Amino acid sequence: MSETSLRNRVAIVGVGESDIGKVPAMTGLGLNAQAAKRALDDAGLKPSDIDGLLTAYSFTEPYFMLGSVLCEYLGLQPRFNASLVVGGATPAVMLKHAAEAIVAGQAEVVLVTAGENRATGQSRDQAVAALTAVGHPYFEQPYGSSIPGFYAMIARRHMLEYGTTREQMAEVAATTRRHALLHPNAHMKAPLTREQVLAAKPIADPLGMLDCCLISDAGGAFIVTSAERAADLRAKPAYLLGIGEFHTHEHIMCAPSLTEFGATRSGAAAYRMAGLGPADIDVAELYDCFSIVPIIEAEELGLCPRGEGGRYWLDGRAAIGGGAVPVNTHGGMLSHAHAGAAGGLFGIVEAVRQLRGGLGARQVEGAEIALVHNEGGILSSHCTMLLGKDKA
Amino acid sequence: MTETLPSPVVNADSAPYWQGAREGRLLIRRCDACGQTHFMPRHLCPACWSAALRWVEATGRGTVHSFTIIRRAPLAAFAPRVPYVVALIDLEEGPRMMANILGDDALDTAIGDAVAVCFEDRGEGAAVPQFRRAGGRG
Repeated sequence: MSETSLRNRVAIVGVGESDIGKVPAMTGLGLNAQAAKRALDDAGLKPSDIDGLLTAYSFTEPYFMLGSVLCEYLGLQPRFNASLVVGGATPAVMLKHAAEAIVAGQAEVVLVTAGENRATGQSRDQAVAALTAVGHPYFEQPYGSSIPGFYAMIARRHMLEYGTTREQMAEVAATTRRHALLHPNAHMKAPLTREQVLAAKPIADPLGMLDCCLISDAGGAFIVTSAERAADLRAKPAYLLGIGEFHTHEHIMCAPSLTEFGATRSGAAAYRMAGLGPADIDVAELYDCFSIVPIIEAEELGLCPRGEGGRYWLDGRAAIGGGAVPVNTHGGMLSHAHAGAAGGLFGIVEAVRQLRGGLGARQVEGAEIALVHNEGGILSSHCTMLLGKDKA
Repeated sequence: MTETLPSPVVNADSAPYWQGAREGRLLIRRCDACGQTHFMPRHLCPACWSAALRWVEATGRGTVHSFTIIRRAPLAAFAPRVPYVVALIDLEEGPRMMANILGDDALDTAIGDAVAVCFEDRGEGAAVPQFRRAGGRG
């Protein structure tokens, strides 16, 4: 059976962010709810219009069946609901599942959310210990491995094979911070220089504290509906032009390579569905849990040749107005927010906003096609999407 | 209070592996159908799905594919050990596994270093495979 194309069939018609940063007055579910309400208001829809809900997972709150739990919290009784777990890739994969459900007639208006109170809902030690569980419980955790350590091993291999430098990785954090300072809701509000990143406390060589993403309280949400219905709604729709996923492993010890990952395949699937290529992209929101990650993704997704990702940042090409495809215009997970699956979801929110336009100094001039990439695990699960201001 | 380093968790897939470690032997799985060796131990071969697997003793020689020096321990039990090396080791037989590099020269580890297996006591006779630098580059 041939693939059913999702091109031009659905659109994101509402986006929302919760309050971000340290938000002790709100629970994880509350952050999801606040973001959902803002997304629904943005779309000009009512709660009764929602007939599908997808959400991710929580490390801070003890709920099983999080999708059903969130429906219950929001007073929704949808005909389509699930909680999905493919780590950081979850938001993009949720969009794919929402699109498939809408195209199959299983839902008409799907609310997609993610969010956790990771900054204040747990102690810092609890946060680090919970994330340690991402390592293999029997064959990695007994060695005191950590998520920064896993990505550090990937960074070191990239440095060896392609000559990538710590300075280039530090520039990812510095560029991203400059973008975050243009975003009214970003967690980080103070400037950050490359020198500060290089001088930060070492965590897992070659990564320092400021090569690592934030721990935030944050929730994000978006509303997906059919392209037909989108045309009648208040907000400018962002059409889904192409989307694809690829999964190669979960634990780093089983990764087929430390330099070549599944983003190449997920990206190729998205480009093929859309009938577009890297040269068509105006703005890219890449997953940036660690500074090395968007470097690798930029290469795999064709924004630059293999091995030149570090130079893409150091030369200023990833910056807004840098003459190439700007990356992480909202500040990414390094500077805007990271709270579980919400981190990658904010890339989708930002892509929609860039396509709508009017973001002032943060606006990428003439943005018509946006690429968003989410990855989960240790560059294990990948999902790439292309969104358009117009249908392709 | 010093917490002890974690002991191996034994299950049906891994019981012979951890028993081997108690005896100072590094055991890996080899498929009788396709001849591939793999790590970690599984019920079937991830290359061909045959369940005709046998345990073979690895030479314990390998090379460092990549590594990191952990400066901030993820769990309190590892804090006294900081800084320590976590590495991915390519075994001579092919499979890749994770371990620490132990020894006085561990922090000098480089990609491509030859390493040899050793076993670290984790209490009550249990042991985990570890590696030491063996001199030379693989």
